[in-house]
Amino acid sequence: MTAKKRGIWVFGDYRNYFQNRVTLQLLSRAKELAVKINAEVCAVVFGYKTDEWKGDVLSYNPTFCGVVGEYIAHGADKVYLADHPRLAAYSMETYTLLMERLVKREKPEIILIGATAFGREFAPRVAKRLGTGLTADCIGLDINEEGLLVQMAPSFGGNLVAEIVTLERRPQMATVRPGTFQEIPHDYVRTGEVVKVPLPKTLPADRVRLVRSEHHPQREQKLEDAKVVVCGGRGLGSKKKFAKLFELAELLGGEVGATRPVVYADWADHDALVGQAGKHVRPQILFSFGISGAIQHTAACNDAKFIIAVNKNPNAAMMKRADVAIVADASQICTTLIQELKRRIR
Amino acid sequence: MLKLVVCIKQVPMVSELPWDPATGTIQRDLAEGMMNPACRSALDAALRIKEAAGGEITAITMGPPMAEEILREAIALGADRGVLLTDRKMAGADTSVTSHTLARAIEKACPGFDLILCGFSTIDSETAQVGPQLAEELDIPGVAYVNELEISGRTVRMQRFTDNFLETLEMDLPGLVTVTTGRYAPRHVPLGGLQAAFAGADIVSLDAAAVGLDPERIGAKGSATKIRNVYSPTAGKKNIVLTGAPKRIVEQLFERFDDKIGGAIGRDLKTERK
Repeated sequence: MTAKKRGIWVFGDYRNYFQNRVTLQLLSRAKELAVKINAEVCAVVFGYKTDEWKGDVLSYNPTFCGVVGEYIAHGADKVYLADHPRLAAYSMETYTLLMERLVKREKPEIILIGATAFGREFAPRVAKRLGTGLTADCIGLDINEEGLLVQMAPSFGGNLVAEIVTLERRPQMATVRPGTFQEIPHDYVRTGEVVKVPLPKTLPADRVRLVRSEHHPQREQKLEDAKVVVCGGRGLGSKKKFAKLFELAELLGGEVGATRPVVYADWADHDALVGQAGKHVRPQILFSFGISGAIQHTAACNDAKFIIAVNKNPNAAMMKRADVAIVADASQICTTLIQELKRRIR
Repeated sequence: MLKLVVCIKQVPMVSELPWDPATGTIQRDLAEGMMNPACRSALDAALRIKEAAGGEITAITMGPPMAEEILREAIALGADRGVLLTDRKMAGADTSVTSHTLARAIEKACPGFDLILCGFSTIDSETAQVGPQLAEELDIPGVAYVNELEISGRTVRMQRFTDNFLETLEMDLPGLVTVTTGRYAPRHVPLGGLQAAFAGADIVSLDAAAVGLDPERIGAKGSATKIRNVYSPTAGKKNIVLTGAPKRIVEQLFERFDDKIGGAIGRDLKTERK
């Protein structure tokens, strides 16, 4: 008889589009990691009427209903499922208790949880109860030559990345930043095992009670999800010159972002603010015009794959961290880019 | 009278960080310290409770001796007393060990507390884990990411917006909340506060022995997680510099980086339209 396979678990948050995406991304990465340590990928689903779930707003799936099916189709070999009215709303205390019991029984090697607001509150509690380590908001995961999970955690607004391992305690736990990994396409022919998880006979009363919950689905995420972001700072010179960015963004099929001084000067709406108090962007390409690069701003663009910065001052922080630093008048380059793009596309 | 505990942390002032440009790392020993912004919001939330319903506020921090500065600041803002946890043995603690250390110190220095308030996250390590783990350690209920709270009797009523759900929650006391920076804004130090902070401020300093902590369970030694390597993700970038006439620069952009720019927008930009 072969020994029981080690498990890489993914907590299956399916509540709405955004959370579900993160779960699918984690399943995809878990599958790759599982090959390296010969493990099986398991999703853990707590909820109520999960079999009636019909996919989220944007990925409605008519062929296979239910959360379990969704996660098997996206790579889970096994799904632990607790389905009960008590689990209808995400309750921190009940969920932590259930997870603790399940982990103690099944002893997974690794647990991955999406770094959503729920995940970042739930995971620390589970880790504490299990007496194991936990790394927050990872932007990368790998298995090293010792077979340990390497957890890449950003700090100081992404200016530093620490590689963290959990040496002896188990499971190794990490929350993972949404968008870090790519989900794999579904395969509804895939099969997997379902393990029903019963609730304990008596559950303690929740000391935190949900009085009211309003779902505000799908807030506009255009800027956050844009493949091309055109960002402008005060170095552009005037509101009129800043407005040119919209023309450029349209030609590039992108969105416009702004720094705090620009928002304060009313050149742009607060919605466009890219910064620690505003939006985090992660485009394939970021154009940065006349931005000096205060850390509150750069922290929110660290996930940009390629940065082109334009500034008269070659020593501006934004120029130093750009892939391409153009030493020139930001507004002039913006205008020239528009002209040249018009000649080349359409 | 309500006994409120506010956990605060001293963090390097980000706008003044002394960067080592060669390695892309921070020279932490040269950094100016300040109270973490979300901790200031937690303190502000506690001050509002005190102003509305009365109460006593204890500010507690763990850190090097210089962290006493932020306890004085908290007292200047209206906290009644400060507790400084400082001991070389406590250094290098991960979040689980930090919450263990804080929990034992709170039991020691503030027995019978009603509500613990923490900032939801710190700007240095950004884990957001200490608050929830502290609630676990003390076996009290906790709610993270609170925007607004109100106490009536032995119940806290809170509002938060998380994961696209706008929630109203109720929690029994004693309990713990972590507070976001949205609603509770940092306030200015009143003149009288400065005097309170320096003339006979009630600050106690505790080391591991005074709290009764097991040296094996604190600091780097007690931590399950180990940092293997730290690097700057931006240090390895090529940083190509382009100068010259705007038209020439833009042409170069399209010629040399068409895979990036054209790739992102799904077009070939190398060739001009005929």
